[in-house]
Amino acid sequence: MPEVSMTVNGKPAKGQVEGRTLLVEFLRESLGLTGTHVGCDSSQCGACVVHVNGRAVKSCTMFAAEAEGAEVRTIESMAEPDGTLHPIQAAFQAHHGLQCGFCTPGMVMSAAALLAENPKPSEAEIREYLEGNICRCTGYHNIVKAILAASGQDVSAIAAE
Amino acid sequence: MYAFEIDRPATLADAITALGAEEAQALGGGQTLIPALKQRLAAPARLVALSGVAEIKGIRTGADGALCIGGGTTHAEVAAGAGAYPALAALAARIGDPAVRNRGTIGGSLANNDPSACYPAAVLASGATVVTTNREIAADDFFEGMFTTTLEDGEIITEVRFPVPEKANYQKFEQPASRFALVGVFVAKYADGVRVAVTGASEDGVFRWSEAEAALSKDFAPGALEGLSLSGEGMISDLHGSGDYRAHLVAVMTRRAVAAAG
Repeated sequence: MPEVSMTVNGKPAKGQVEGRTLLVEFLRESLGLTGTHVGCDSSQCGACVVHVNGRAVKSCTMFAAEAEGAEVRTIESMAEPDGTLHPIQAAFQAHHGLQCGFCTPGMVMSAAALLAENPKPSEAEIREYLEGNICRCTGYHNIVKAILAASGQDVSAIAAE
Repeated sequence: MYAFEIDRPATLADAITALGAEEAQALGGGQTLIPALKQRLAAPARLVALSGVAEIKGIRTGADGALCIGGGTTHAEVAAGAGAYPALAALAARIGDPAVRNRGTIGGSLANNDPSACYPAAVLASGATVVTTNREIAADDFFEGMFTTTLEDGEIITEVRFPVPEKANYQKFEQPASRFALVGVFVAKYADGVRVAVTGASEDGVFRWSEAEAALSKDFAPGALEGLSLSGEGMISDLHGSGDYRAHLVAVMTRRAVAAAG
């Protein structure tokens, strides 16, 4: 079995993988980073979104071997070591952007990727960017609101639907 | 997924060698192939991941002014970097979703030739040239029906060269669950005529609508298409739409593309 090594959340990580080992399996099962969720396992739902070299990707649709040498960032890296939430996470909490919470790791990582490339997105841009993130509680409204708030924009115009 | 070996060559030469192994298959961005492997629709003994091959990534302008896109270039990179051909950049920006666009590649999409994929329409409507490790293939010779191309085993798409049109537009009627085209029409106007390519509709995959091309070459206006229609015969018919519905959509999307191209 080939060995892969990468940087995960700023720390070196390595392990044995099969050719078919998915990045999400390596993160969850080899490294114990279970914050990244597997929802559909078919690249539809986005619960497994992580950042690879700064880009949001679906970790259920990428092989671990392909992340050799990459910088990987997961939901576990978002909060401060003392537990202080990342501004996006804090906004999700403040605006009730999560219900069951299963999709939340992917939503937060997608939101972080969006804000990195577009620091002040419009509501429409946020909704478009989240096309590949599905919330089965259908809580999109407050997710969008949370991301707008996390970007420092006024959310008072958005109705509390 | 069945087990397989995976290679991650860093150079094109190593990739060609690796693909010479028995039952080896190239892996582009994996956004189609990995789901197919999970469903056990494919069972290669060895995958050769092309994501580490820097030589086939990037966008450049060719000596003849063509926009040349490396086969390993992702949809996100095309969306951001193909400003010289705005209709193509806009097409890339609407494939799948942002995370899919960060992995999926133009070469992978073309080699797969999904009958509902967007890129085949752009390549065919632009009369682009598909450059591989063995040869240069004209768009008109590349596509050979649903999921079939003229590519041979072990042949890798290294670059796609798009002549930049005077005007162009792509209109995609999206199947909202898959985000593939229920019907997509790419219209491109060149000095020597107009090309119209249709994806998502035909059971034979992407095709050129020659009647519309002839009419638009005379008069590049939506009105020129009046009275033109396609038969539902041979069109894809599924729970999302009948063949007749798709045939109707082709005419609608063509008119919209011409209007949007100006």
